Amino acid sequence: MVELALPKNSRMTVGKTWPKPEGATNVRVFKIYRFNPDKSENPRVDTYHLDMDSCGPMVLDALIKIKSDIDPTLTFRRSCREGICGSCAMNIDGINTLACIYGMDEVKGDVKIYPLPHMPVVKDLVPDLTHFYAQHASIMPWLETKTNRPQKEWRQSIEDRKKLDGLYECVMCASCSASCPSYWWNGDKYLGPAALLHAYRWIIDSRDEATGERLDDLHDPFKLYRCHTIMNCAQTCPKGLNPAKAIAEIKKMMVERTI
Amino acid sequence: MADVNRGNRPISPHLTIYRMAITMLVSIMNRLTGAGMVLAAILIVWWLMAAASGEDYFTIVDGFLTSWPGLLVLIGSLWALWFHFLGGVRHLFMDFGLGYEIKTVNMTGWIVLIGSLVLTSISLMLII
Repeated sequence: MVELALPKNSRMTVGKTWPKPEGATNVRVFKIYRFNPDKSENPRVDTYHLDMDSCGPMVLDALIKIKSDIDPTLTFRRSCREGICGSCAMNIDGINTLACIYGMDEVKGDVKIYPLPHMPVVKDLVPDLTHFYAQHASIMPWLETKTNRPQKEWRQSIEDRKKLDGLYECVMCASCSASCPSYWWNGDKYLGPAALLHAYRWIIDSRDEATGERLDDLHDPFKLYRCHTIMNCAQTCPKGLNPAKAIAEIKKMMVERTI
Repeated sequence: MADVNRGNRPISPHLTIYRMAITMLVSIMNRLTGAGMVLAAILIVWWLMAAASGEDYFTIVDGFLTSWPGLLVLIGSLWALWFHFLGGVRHLFMDFGLGYEIKTVNMTGWIVLIGSLVLTSISLMLII
């Protein structure tokens, strides 16, 4: 359902302004979403000041510096710091991306950081992705075969392997799904760009033998067809992938198999 | 369990914090113009029915529709028609899996927006 306004418990208040670093000349302002589940308070937006002369270039560097130097309670997910684990996905300067590969030089003015949009918040910048992962699991993200196992590996031609380019690189960071207004309003039933990109990755895999079942499962007014090509997914994907295009290909296959 | 709020988690902000892109704007406008044109259709039917029912009633309705608020709605509907038409053509191409690259989709978005304004001005010049 479309709910434009946030529910009462989710509305943000102005939070604390943390002290400025002393003697710093190159100061940058960070406005960061905070939510503490241990208190019955609404989320708030805290303001931090960082000395950029002693901070790395990426948004994740700043978050780590805030956590270690200013406020150890600031909570966020991170791991690989090189855009391959997908943990530090968040909304930075109005778009969803990975904090570790988003440079602060790309942001004009204050750096505004929120959790991935329209997600239940566990704490601060950590969203609850349980439903997102469940949707991914529902598309059977594995090779489904019926014929007997070959003696060695399942072979694939170079051309068939090429069809997986632009799909297999997805790191499941949820930036795309959390950027999609259709997913915001109908995320309970609509699978969203990430799960659908993965669905297509297995549908067009030449070795997979469950293409029919996969398409049958997606033949649903909500699961697939809530994509209205708004294109936020492709615009925001930190890996430069195009889930909207993958979804369009699934829709085309749906038509082609009925005629 | 430290996480006492498990069932009462806040929803993170969305529309208010997300940066508007041309594609996002064109998408929502396409839906709004589609719905909005129903209003224009009703007004035009009302106009025709008034014309059929007699001179007195037609004068009243015509006066309302050609007053400046009436004209504003009608010109707005003309723009909505062009916007929805161009947006529809864009959707048609996209249904064939064409024009999904970021560059293309941004360009076609701008074409729909600017094109609708240009076509509205041209049609107005032809009418007046």
